[in-house]
Amino acid sequence: MGTLLNNLDIFTIGFRNTVILFLVSGFFSLILGTLVGAMRVSPIPALRTFGTLYVNVVRNTPLTLVMFFFAFGYPKLGLPEIDFTVSAIVALSIYTATYVAEVLRAGINTVPVGQAEAARAIGLPFTQTLTLIVLPQAFRSVLPPLFSVLIALLKNTTVAAGFSVTEAGAIRAYLAERGEPALVVLLWVAFFFVILVLILAQLQRYFEKKWKVAR
Amino acid sequence: MSSVLYDAPGAKARARHRIFGVISVVVIAAIIGFVVWRFAETGQFSAAKWQIFTFARVQQTLLQATGATLSAFGVAAVGSLALGLFLAVGRLSDRPWVSTPFHWFTELFRAIPVLILMMLLYYGLPPALGVKWPPYTAVVVALILYNGSVLAEVFRAGIEALPKGQREAGMAIGLRKSQVMASILLPQAVRSMLPVIISQLVVTLKDTALGFIVTYNEILFQAKFFGSQVQYGTPIIPSSIVAGVLYVGMCLILSGLAKLAERQLRRSQRVAGPRRGAPALSAAQGAADKI
Repeated sequence: MGTLLNNLDIFTIGFRNTVILFLVSGFFSLILGTLVGAMRVSPIPALRTFGTLYVNVVRNTPLTLVMFFFAFGYPKLGLPEIDFTVSAIVALSIYTATYVAEVLRAGINTVPVGQAEAARAIGLPFTQTLTLIVLPQAFRSVLPPLFSVLIALLKNTTVAAGFSVTEAGAIRAYLAERGEPALVVLLWVAFFFVILVLILAQLQRYFEKKWKVAR
Repeated sequence: MSSVLYDAPGAKARARHRIFGVISVVVIAAIIGFVVWRFAETGQFSAAKWQIFTFARVQQTLLQATGATLSAFGVAAVGSLALGLFLAVGRLSDRPWVSTPFHWFTELFRAIPVLILMMLLYYGLPPALGVKWPPYTAVVVALILYNGSVLAEVFRAGIEALPKGQREAGMAIGLRKSQVMASILLPQAVRSMLPVIISQLVVTLKDTALGFIVTYNEILFQAKFFGSQVQYGTPIIPSSIVAGVLYVGMCLILSGLAKLAERQLRRSQRVAGPRRGAPALSAAQGAADKI
């Protein structure tokens, strides 16, 4: 307990940054993922191909490597400089978006065929069929897997610790300098992650109940 | 599967799609072109930056690093499959005093990030116990604990999705509970969940890259080392391209196996598989777990 209370400053900063990383990259990956998911079911072959290529390549690349590229490779390209936190957010969003896209695509398949057929019958084009009829229903039915993706994203934020971002995964390195026992520190970090995951699971249950679709 | 979302295009729609197609190709080509242009502009394709990878020593070291990645993956894969089976069977026990601890164990290790587990095993435990072990041990054990817990849930889902008659029939011909599990339920569950299991193994392979952060001498670790050699122009981008090709290649081979397994399964009728109506959603769930 002393380890936690004496170093509350580092713990607070660490977990605050973890939550920031999670929220910002969660937001961007949901948007990017929806876009890519829509590309993968669109009537335009070029977009379908690109979506499939993107998902297949990024999903088969370790997140550590994606972050490695943005943290060490990107600065060498002579583009506007970004700090490590931003590069971690970019990497997390690009990586997580592929999972969001896959989940949504699977979710689109769970929407009864009649829904899309009815939409087409009243003359809606592809974009409207997707955004007004199919996606709102798909989002509800994929809520549990979508939350699994978000929980995975939360856990993946720790990878940023390896790339100079001061977040929960980096707490150990900071407290090692203060001479705190690594085991106790890491157990506290693990404990708080379990709490955060439990909160997300509660949130999932709440939204599931709220958005329940009668079928 | 997607054709239900739009009508068969007529003449006008086809023309419109062609225009959109051209526009999107141009935009995508512009993005890729920009990245390639920046690469070329900063000399990432110059021979000087790639020279380091032409040395036999460097190639051997990279091969050894690939071996290290594969060895961690191999042990972790076998270990997590074994742990997953064990945890799933324990969790499905009829006795609450057995199933509850198993339930807690799986939930706990699914909630802790793998990297934190690796750090616990590498920086935390050894000094507390007064022992010392290489990062390899930490990487493998952490991967086994995490992926074993995830696989336990996969196995459990597979077993619970089997028709109830399977279990009842086994009981009716006088098999014990353990016999029903071992010779009737598990073989079918493993077969029906094979694609998900293999995808989880792909995750295991990708997660070995986390070993980089706890100083395990694998592909990414070597890539960083070669990438920061100043006398070769700090070829960090060439070396991340090399690492990327290695990882994507290995993962694609494994993913290819998953697809093959899926096709084999669809052809064989003997697998009961998940209940009707469930497949699409369970596919969505499966897609989510593989992260």
